Amino acid sequence: MSAVTHTDPAEHGAHPPLPHVRKVAMWAFLGSECLFFGTLISTFLLYRNRTGDGPTAAEIFDIPFTSISSFILLMSSLTMVLAHYASERKDWRRMRVWLLATALLGMTFLAGQVFEFTEFVHEGLTVTTSPFGSAFFVMTSFHGAHVAVGVILLLATAFMSFGGKLRADGGMNVELVALYWHFVDIVWIVIFTVVYLLQV
Amino acid sequence: MSEETQMASTDHTAHRGGAWGWITSTDHKKIGILYGVSAIMFFLIGGVEALLIRTQLALPNGDVLSADAYNQMFTMHATTMVFLVVMPAAAAFTNYFLPLLLGARDVAFPRLNALSYWIFFFGGLFLTISFFVGGAPDGGWFGYAPLSTQVSEVVRMDYWALGLLILGLASVLSAINFITTVFTMRAPGMTLMRMPVFAWMAFVVAFLLLFSLPIITVGLFQVFLDRNLGTLFFSAAGGGDPVLWQHLFWLFGHPEVYVLILPAMGIVSEVLPVFSGKPLFGRSFVIFSGIAIGFMGFGVWAHHMFTSGLGPVAEAAFALTTMFIGVPTGVKIFNWLGTLWGGSIRFKTPMLFSLGFIAMFVIGGLSGVTHSIVPADTQQHDTYYVVAHFHYVLFGGAIFGLFAGVYYWWPKITGRLLHEGWGKLHFWTMLIGFNLTFAPMHVLGLAGMPRRTYRYPEGLGFEFWNFVATVGSYLIAVSILVFLWNWWRSRHHGEVAGNDPWNGRTLEWTIPSPPPHYNFATVPTVHSEDSFWHDKYREDEAGNAVPVAAAPTTTAAEEDIHMPSPSYYPALTGFGMFIALMGFVYLPVGLVAVAAGLMVTMWGLFGWAMEPLTREPHE
Repeated sequence: MSAVTHTDPAEHGAHPPLPHVRKVAMWAFLGSECLFFGTLISTFLLYRNRTGDGPTAAEIFDIPFTSISSFILLMSSLTMVLAHYASERKDWRRMRVWLLATALLGMTFLAGQVFEFTEFVHEGLTVTTSPFGSAFFVMTSFHGAHVAVGVILLLATAFMSFGGKLRADGGMNVELVALYWHFVDIVWIVIFTVVYLLQV
Repeated sequence: MSEETQMASTDHTAHRGGAWGWITSTDHKKIGILYGVSAIMFFLIGGVEALLIRTQLALPNGDVLSADAYNQMFTMHATTMVFLVVMPAAAAFTNYFLPLLLGARDVAFPRLNALSYWIFFFGGLFLTISFFVGGAPDGGWFGYAPLSTQVSEVVRMDYWALGLLILGLASVLSAINFITTVFTMRAPGMTLMRMPVFAWMAFVVAFLLLFSLPIITVGLFQVFLDRNLGTLFFSAAGGGDPVLWQHLFWLFGHPEVYVLILPAMGIVSEVLPVFSGKPLFGRSFVIFSGIAIGFMGFGVWAHHMFTSGLGPVAEAAFALTTMFIGVPTGVKIFNWLGTLWGGSIRFKTPMLFSLGFIAMFVIGGLSGVTHSIVPADTQQHDTYYVVAHFHYVLFGGAIFGLFAGVYYWWPKITGRLLHEGWGKLHFWTMLIGFNLTFAPMHVLGLAGMPRRTYRYPEGLGFEFWNFVATVGSYLIAVSILVFLWNWWRSRHHGEVAGNDPWNGRTLEWTIPSPPPHYNFATVPTVHSEDSFWHDKYREDEAGNAVPVAAAPTTTAAEEDIHMPSPSYYPALTGFGMFIALMGFVYLPVGLVAVAAGLMVTMWGLFGWAMEPLTREPHE
């Protein structure tokens, strides 16, 4: 998506400063995503104890391991902030470094998720074992897919900065990627708290 | 840039005709027309399905359709009418008129807008071709588990789940686009409270879509995974809960009802003041009641589930919220009546359809209140009484309102008026046919005739009213033929409309009909509600409207107008998704098609990202 600069009403001067077109769109999209993840988490809460003959949450969750991978994902929000900050100071070199660091942390988290999924399958929990398994894997997979999309966005943004595109848009792309990335992180905080930590 | 090259730059993109011009268009007006034409095509398909249903039920023990074909017909009739007719018809008006009403040159993201259309188009195609390959969905448009998750009956409900998923994606993208347009692209001076009511209702609808569709999206994924991957979300035998599906569906499905009706309410709120010669009575009440409906629409879903066994507390709570949501709707009705009060009313066709809307919608609203009473609902549930109710709301309401919009805005879109005589014939045959069809269903339902059964035996007292309803449905079909004829003849023989045939009050009437590619030669400045009206009239001492000297109209492009270039990437992206969807239905063999489709999609998105939005004409 590109900005529609010709129609930015702020240019006409008669309005109070209006929010940037693409930022409004991103916020609207993230609002929609809240409901999406809300529904997945609700489904999980309904089914958390419907484990049938399969393993229960208490039996398979490895809280120390997931805590570490959650910490890695949270740190990626810090590097994202640093990338955004660098782009605002037009320090494109440092911005690229932090963008790549964020992508690397995101990929580490994804690797942890893949490892965790493999372990769970070995311990006998798959999507078809119980409603708990279905709800858990579908919810965390959708989150993982969002992280993967975020990693692609980060790499694409770092790549675009070589072509000078970010300079032209004043770093707006970095800001939009940052909004998305922080959202994905916040969703994980909710999932980690509600799904892993609050076990009844 | 000199003025000649500016005009050349607009010509460059405006006059690219032919099929390729339509496929690659990023102009909100052309996309609006595409939505409208598609909606009419699907309306004819959905209408034929309805006629088949009614023909089957005309006489006892009907044998026009088998039970299996009947299931496909009622499922596809509802799915088509909701997702492929009323929603895109409303999207047609929103696309075409939202920027015009706001004084903008386009929507915020023109190519995203084109993508929304093409995803919708291919989604509709995907659902419709299921009739010819593998059989159409037959589990009801509500897709209740386990009907929708039974794997034994091949692929039919896969078409349904995937089709609705992709249509939902199109709507979410549109919603984001319209919300951004309203927030950032209003003309100078157009505050939110000065926005025309239709724009307001489109705005509320965009929020409803934005927040309700993700819920059904998750549900549809769960249905698809239950069917194809063996997950246990809705499998009672495996520990899952089919009632979860009902919650997810209606948590989307009830706001959806307001997605269908609010655009029609917006249209009627534009038409009534123009043909009453008065401003809309209680304008801010109409707007705020629309917002209230938007909020409350999310709090009433379980009234669709009173017979699912939710327990007395939940049933009492949802009975109350359901009664309350009638209040803002009632507020609107009284505002419309207040607008008519003491007005100098012109009974043109758009006005007739608007009045028809109010009358029919009141009937549907009142029978709706009876559903909020739990014991009454328990009796009416799954009978023809419910069918009568929602057809009064969605046909007598939404479709009548949309036809009001068709007759009202047709001259702006085409430059020619539809014929008044044929229009009135259309209205009266449709009104009579509609009431003949659906009023008897109240009686049938209270007499105990169940929905969704493909035949009924003699001697239960259902024969007479069913026959009347079928006659009525054929009369509706005749009225649609009258409309199609009116449309066809107006192309060359319709009266030339001019800029402002109805003496309108909003900005779209200030520009030529049909509007130029760039909409407004000069972006207008708005000083009040109904600003265009106040440019034309002032009040004398007695309070009568007196015309003022014609304001100078600007014809030349004074600003440096850069309109977005055409692009084939949105259509290509939509096509790629279509290929992938076809592959998903026929897993695991279809994996090849899935891969190919995703590659085409990626090609479309990549080309899109790399292409500049506006190209200089001489490049």
